[in-house]
Amino acid sequence: MFRTALRTVLAHKARLLMTVLAVMLGVAFVSGTLVFTDTLGNAFNKQSAKSYKDVAVSVTTYYSEDDGADGKKQEPGLSPKILDEIGAVDGVASVTPRVEGFAGVADPDGKLIGNGWSNTGTNFAPGENGKDPAYDFTEGTGPTEAGQVALDKDTAARGEYKVGGPVRVATNGPVKEYTLSGIFTTEDGAVNAGGSLVLFDPSVAQKLFLKPGYFQMANVTATPGASDTKIRGEIESLVPKDAEVQTGKQLADQQAADIERELSGINQMLLAFAAIALFVGIFLISNTFTMLVAQRTKELALLRAVGASRRQVKRSVMAEALIVGLVASTIGFVLGVGLAVGLRSAMGQFGAKVPAGPLMITPVAVAAAFGVGVVITLIAAWLPARRAAKIPPVAAMSSVHAVATMKSLVLRNSIGAVLTLIGAAGIIAGASMGKDGKFIIGAGAFFSLVGIIVLIPLLSRPIIALVQPLLNRLYGVAGKLAGQNAVRNPRRTGATASALAIGLTLVTGLTTVGVTLGTAIDKATTDNIKADYMITMAGGGGGLDESAVKALEKAPGVSAVSPQRASYLVIDGKDSSASAVTPGDIEQLLTLKTETGSLDSLSGDAIAVASDTAKSRGWKTGDTVTVKYEDDKTARLKIGATYEPNEFASPTLISTDLVAPHQERPHTPEVYVSMDGGATEANELALVDALGDNPAISVADQQDIRNQFGGMINTALNIMYGLLGMALIIAVLGVVNTLAMSVFERQQEIGMLRAIGLDRRRVKRMIRLEAVVISVFGALVGVGLGTFLAWAIGETIRGSIPGYVLVLPWERIGIFLVLAGLVGVLAALWPARSAAKLNMLTAIKTE
Amino acid sequence: MTTMPLLHRASAVAAHASGLSKVYGQGETQVVALDQVTVDFRQGEFTAIMGPSGSGKSTLMHCVAGLDSFSSGSVRIGDTELGTLKDKQLTQLRRDKIGFIFQAFNLLPTLTALENITLPMDIAGRKPDKQWLDNVISMIGLKDRLHHRPTALSGGQQQRVAVARALASRPEIIFGDEPTGNLDSRAGAEVLGFMRNSVRELGQTVVMVTHDPVAASYADRVIFLADGRIVDEMLDPSADGVLDRMKAFDSKGRTS
Repeated sequence: MFRTALRTVLAHKARLLMTVLAVMLGVAFVSGTLVFTDTLGNAFNKQSAKSYKDVAVSVTTYYSEDDGADGKKQEPGLSPKILDEIGAVDGVASVTPRVEGFAGVADPDGKLIGNGWSNTGTNFAPGENGKDPAYDFTEGTGPTEAGQVALDKDTAARGEYKVGGPVRVATNGPVKEYTLSGIFTTEDGAVNAGGSLVLFDPSVAQKLFLKPGYFQMANVTATPGASDTKIRGEIESLVPKDAEVQTGKQLADQQAADIERELSGINQMLLAFAAIALFVGIFLISNTFTMLVAQRTKELALLRAVGASRRQVKRSVMAEALIVGLVASTIGFVLGVGLAVGLRSAMGQFGAKVPAGPLMITPVAVAAAFGVGVVITLIAAWLPARRAAKIPPVAAMSSVHAVATMKSLVLRNSIGAVLTLIGAAGIIAGASMGKDGKFIIGAGAFFSLVGIIVLIPLLSRPIIALVQPLLNRLYGVAGKLAGQNAVRNPRRTGATASALAIGLTLVTGLTTVGVTLGTAIDKATTDNIKADYMITMAGGGGGLDESAVKALEKAPGVSAVSPQRASYLVIDGKDSSASAVTPGDIEQLLTLKTETGSLDSLSGDAIAVASDTAKSRGWKTGDTVTVKYEDDKTARLKIGATYEPNEFASPTLISTDLVAPHQERPHTPEVYVSMDGGATEANELALVDALGDNPAISVADQQDIRNQFGGMINTALNIMYGLLGMALIIAVLGVVNTLAMSVFERQQEIGMLRAIGLDRRRVKRMIRLEAVVISVFGALVGVGLGTFLAWAIGETIRGSIPGYVLVLPWERIGIFLVLAGLVGVLAALWPARSAAKLNMLTAIKTE
Repeated sequence: MTTMPLLHRASAVAAHASGLSKVYGQGETQVVALDQVTVDFRQGEFTAIMGPSGSGKSTLMHCVAGLDSFSSGSVRIGDTELGTLKDKQLTQLRRDKIGFIFQAFNLLPTLTALENITLPMDIAGRKPDKQWLDNVISMIGLKDRLHHRPTALSGGQQQRVAVARALASRPEIIFGDEPTGNLDSRAGAEVLGFMRNSVRELGQTVVMVTHDPVAASYADRVIFLADGRIVDEMLDPSADGVLDRMKAFDSKGRTS
């Protein structure tokens, strides 16, 4: 049987081409993902093991303003005394102390190099030989004077900084100019991921990031033969209780686990999209085998007539599927490995440096690739195989082609209708339940999606009938025949359109949700912020320094300025997140609609509370509450006003004057500023100037704020489009496949049309239009379902987004439909050409 | 069978082939399908082309009908020389001047009987001549089945629709390729009757390839082909006469 199957496969090579391509692409996606993440994981693990190779034990302290357990004021870090004690521990060879924090430099355009969270500054820690083991200097030396810094090689290159030349370094404080003493390379993971690293002289780093004389952490190396665990135990007894002491191995393992977790997230997302692509492929494969079985009805019936059992017939079809699956998986796997290699080098191109390492092809990846490829093909071929087994032996005798019966469509339509109804009922029920209906809406949406996909063959007739008059009018005979051909085999058209519909459901759904969220955020920004500018640290790199806040207050042309300084108050015994603001200015900068009282009261001994918080805590304007500050001092303050909640304002507002005496290290994430004349280029320049031309500080007008969020949504959408691209490509292959089949099956008909005078151009047009009709039909169903899905998702999240309104991205939906039409034209290129080239005589000749 | 004198025997030529040759392959494997065939098909005449399998009868029809290319010689439909025409012009010629009846009916299953009949005009973008169409439809006697799809019609009915399709656009000449090959004798006789009526009553020109002497007996004239050459011709044939002639070729073929 297997040999017959192999022969059949070989005989139908051309007709199996699209099937092989579809499985191949899906398998390539899966294996590419697995090989890529395995390779990256391996490389990162090696790197982290390498960077902790010499570290026996590492100590990290965490700064806090709380008192220690013994009630004494804690030391802010590792003092020289503790470091000496650590150095004296038996088996310790060297101690490298570090203190670190945010430090960034600008590129020649004045933009911060790196991405905020990975712009680090630390101290140069020379050992006895004058070298710091963590950094290899390629040029110059480490910074040994207060006015010197060193930069990592990539950052120096990107900023065009030269040894001996000046470097302006931004930290959380004002920008300062240093002299570049040297350039180094490092194994530091953050630097390798595209961040930047600035080395300071230890005393400068301590002053910038902690307190003179103190370090945050220390790496300890051991003498040969000494036990890391023993050293760790001894050091633990020397340092404060809340300090973390770990061996180098623990650290490496921990980092490996972190990387693993991060990569498996990427892995799962990629695999989810691969699954969608493969799922779409099922429709194509199933179509192909259905056609192969239909074409060989006589042959299969003959097998039955000469004594093959149903099982044998079924098994022979499954064996064909197995062969196709194996071949496609093999090619797909090779392609996937290539994809992984390509992805890795592409990442390097986009500035994300990936540590070098061998290509990792694990047995799991191989098994997954082949398993997925073969299983998908077998699943898709199962129904056609069953149908093949049902061919009666007598079919060998009759000359009639087995026509797809409408009988089983009845069952199919019933199932589809039931699913859709259950789904719709679920959604309506869920929507009426409000917030609690989330899950029911979700399940309902899923059911109706599946139901509609099942119903697609039924839907194809009425929907395509709608465009039939248009086709007739515009394209005459070619249009008329194309429309009718498209609905001739509803099952096949349905499967082809389903593949596209699934892809477009996701694309439309994601786009609609994305655009809706974007609009909601835009609206929230315009509604809630009155200020011309919002000043933050670039890339969310911590809080603004007090000097920056002062500089903004003094900047020319400023009409109102207020920080939102993070403040954690305990009000009447309850933890409350609050912001310290400038009374009198804040209401000009944020939309604060007072419901009761007046915000003027903030300048006295009062706080203002968002109305929803006030309500839940049972506070009213005029009440007096006990407020405990961060330094545990308490005060009795009045509730001066309540205001409508604002996305950008804390639920509790208090004057900076009240909070300032109780905060040792104030944290100011953002400052709002309004200027005379509004947001103009000159005003922006004035602010940048006032801030000392600091590349680490971002001055954003309202448009910039919106773009920040909009940009994130767009990037996310583009990534999704890219990942769904594979599923869409397979769907397009499905259209090609269906048309090629149709042309093949209708050779005689096309030959007749040519004989009675349909010219080649119109034969081509007929095939093209059929493709366009099927594609656009699939796209329409997809767009409809996607919109529906987006609405359902919106219903489940609308509670958490104030001012949520579903926004339908009509332009993009229009573009999707036009693209679907183009896809049809493109997919029809080859089938149309082969139809036009058909030899009329062989076509009209009967057997 | 028919004894009626043919009034239009001397009328103009609808299609003409002279020195027509068709050669497949080259050298050793060369097969001559048509060898220097010269023949006229006169207007208003029903001609049957007969011959054993492989005699070239179908090839002759395909070449004259502009479905196939030929190696040498010339073919004219009316005044148009086919040899110099490009595919596009040939297609147009077939569309406007030629009608076809195929052995396998070749109706489009998606169209109704009426739509199938008017298909050639739809392709040409012409409005059918209402009067003529009614004539044709009443002649084939399928008035009440015009809105059925082919799958709902019997083989004989389908072929009658096909005959109507060939007639509907009033082509200069109709070619039939074994039009009764797939029909039982009763349905075949009906179809042949319609074809003959179209010649007698509507003045059509019909050329039909067949291997059935009974079918050939409906024609005004039979030409016999063997080995790519015209070997004989018979006017006002009878089925028995044709059969005898065929038997003679067969035995000749066997003894030679």
